[in-house]
Amino acid sequence: MPELADICNVFLLRDYNTRLVVICTVLLGCACGLMGGFLLLRKRSLMGDTLSHATLPGVGLSFILAVALGGDGKSLPILLVGAAITGVIGCAAVLFIREQTRIKDDAAMGIVLSVFFGAGIAILGAIQTMPEGSAAGLESFIYGKTASMVMSDFQILVFVTTCVITCSLLLFKELRLLCFDETFAAALGWPVKFLDILLLALITAVTVAGLQAVGLILIIAFLITPAAAARFWTHQLDRMLVLSALIGGASGWLGASLSAFIPRLPAGAVIVLVAALFFVVSLLIGTERGVIVRFLRQSQLKKRMGRQHLLRALYEILEGGRVTEELNIRTVPFRQIRGRRTWSDTQLRDYIRHAYNDGLVEAPNKVDSILLTKTGLAEAAQVTRNHRLWEMYLIEYADVAPSRVDRDADMVEHVLGEKMVTRLENKLRAYRSAGSLVPQSPHPIHPGD
Amino acid sequence: MSSESDLLIQVEQTGSSSKSLPLTIRDLTVAYHRKPVIWDIDLSIPEGKLVSVVGPNGAGKSTLIKACLDLIPRASGEVSIYGQSYKKRRKRVGYVPQRESVDWDFPVSALDVVAMGTYGKLGWFRRVSKRSKALSMEALERVGLADYAHRQISQLSGGQQQRTFLARALVQDADIYFMDEPFAAVDAATERAIVELLKELQKRGKTVLVVHHDLATVPQYFDWTVLLNMRVVAAGPTDEVFTRENLRRTYGGKLTLFTQAANEVVQSR
Repeated sequence: MPELADICNVFLLRDYNTRLVVICTVLLGCACGLMGGFLLLRKRSLMGDTLSHATLPGVGLSFILAVALGGDGKSLPILLVGAAITGVIGCAAVLFIREQTRIKDDAAMGIVLSVFFGAGIAILGAIQTMPEGSAAGLESFIYGKTASMVMSDFQILVFVTTCVITCSLLLFKELRLLCFDETFAAALGWPVKFLDILLLALITAVTVAGLQAVGLILIIAFLITPAAAARFWTHQLDRMLVLSALIGGASGWLGASLSAFIPRLPAGAVIVLVAALFFVVSLLIGTERGVIVRFLRQSQLKKRMGRQHLLRALYEILEGGRVTEELNIRTVPFRQIRGRRTWSDTQLRDYIRHAYNDGLVEAPNKVDSILLTKTGLAEAAQVTRNHRLWEMYLIEYADVAPSRVDRDADMVEHVLGEKMVTRLENKLRAYRSAGSLVPQSPHPIHPGD
Repeated sequence: MSSESDLLIQVEQTGSSSKSLPLTIRDLTVAYHRKPVIWDIDLSIPEGKLVSVVGPNGAGKSTLIKACLDLIPRASGEVSIYGQSYKKRRKRVGYVPQRESVDWDFPVSALDVVAMGTYGKLGWFRRVSKRSKALSMEALERVGLADYAHRQISQLSGGQQQRTFLARALVQDADIYFMDEPFAAVDAATERAIVELLKELQKRGKTVLVVHHDLATVPQYFDWTVLLNMRVVAAGPTDEVFTRENLRRTYGGKLTLFTQAANEVVQSR
């Protein structure tokens, strides 16, 4: 086991051996997170996957070419340029198949991805048989090999990250328009093709720069996962992109540091797993669309509806079909409320318990009857009134109503305006002679059992 | 012979006077996958009209609009807007695409979407200014969505989303508007709001071309109508063009499947 001091040194970038690698992966993570956001929203996630797989033949071919010309086959810039070229050719092939044939996107990408990857494997195999091939080590591009990262990787990553951040800042407006509504962008005269190519170029740059670190199979996860995770936290694109870049950077930092302690644990895989962990956590507790937030909102709504149903049921029972100036609070048999709606005993008892906690009904000491408190009666009257006003509104203005009805609103007046409410109240009052605070229901109410 | 030459002169005259017309289309043909979708479209729209483009599904209504805005390649023909190509007149044109053409789950607010209408006059790299934001807010107010400005767009109802798109076209501050089915699947309140907006635009001298589906409301909403079924069946003032005979020629047997109301509307006039 590594000692605590060692662990601290690695995480805090004090360890010379791992510092470069960790900085590189952090930079890559930021760039990936940023570009992944656009890729995700442009709905090109699989295109990124095609791109990365299509880089492999480029790596092999540029190695062969470099050796044939008597150069250094392992020169990183040459390999990466080759990777970028075939990567772009792969994307172009997808676009060509999509536009010239009737084959759909997913099939076109599936074909291109596997064919290019297959070609890459075959070329690497051929290189193994070359006399210079033994020293190639080109397989590191497939799974990534952070330990092999050197100063030139760092320089490339700094350059790519700077480009990506600068472009995102300068072209934020343009890229957002492109991703949201490309037809409208074109109608406004923005060069949609050029912007698309620029975005693709940036993504290619990030992908190629990341080959050494996480490898071409996993890079897509590093692009998409932080962006997808960020989407759970915000509804604003700028915030989402910043968050995505942060999650990407954090994944790179944690992943690379962790893999530094555990020998033979490939950094690429650990980085992607850390990013996945961020994703799962975001999916659960994301404040805008996390699963738990959604569940809480749903159950809160259910609880509120239940409480309103209970109060209205009680009120209508007390009303007893007749309308009097003032309602007298009296105990209502459980059985009778139970009969008013299709709720189960447990549900109803739950609602009653919540109502008791809120001081709306008296202590349910006798299990079989419920007694409203004064506050309870006031709220029940309010709930019933609002409900009837909404009902009346729907009846009277059926054509415009559905988009405006907000049954849950405590103050109908806020949504419909005082005038409309007065009109509705008068309408409801017309159903009967005597006046009271709560107008009569526009339809007959069936008393419970 | 003489009547034919008269006609020729007439054509030439309309040709020369059409320089200032908001929209003139000559001999337009558009083809997808070797199959022409619309062909030989000749059309002149006078200034200040509310124009409905109606026709059966697949008649090429959206294609016509997209070809006018240079969004799809033309096989032949030309479109001129105020006597010039679209490219030169872009800033005088507003566009409302079909609502389904975008992903409403996109992380932007209604205000952000409306502000996109100002991007056409905004150069590269420039940020949306406070003034554009104020204009966008104003447009949202005009479509009755001021309270929803900061809502994420997926939290809007279908009608509200449609009105957001309309507000975006409003901030384009154009002279001619192209709207692709703004009335599709909206609630009655939105329909009413859109109609009011159209009338208001007309009052201010704007020309509006609307792809429309509901035959029953055509005479009520629009004073100019283009009946389209791959080619222009008839175009002109709604009073003259919207006849049972023309509708039959546009929709063929399909009209019986269409609304009874449309028939009644035609009959009642």
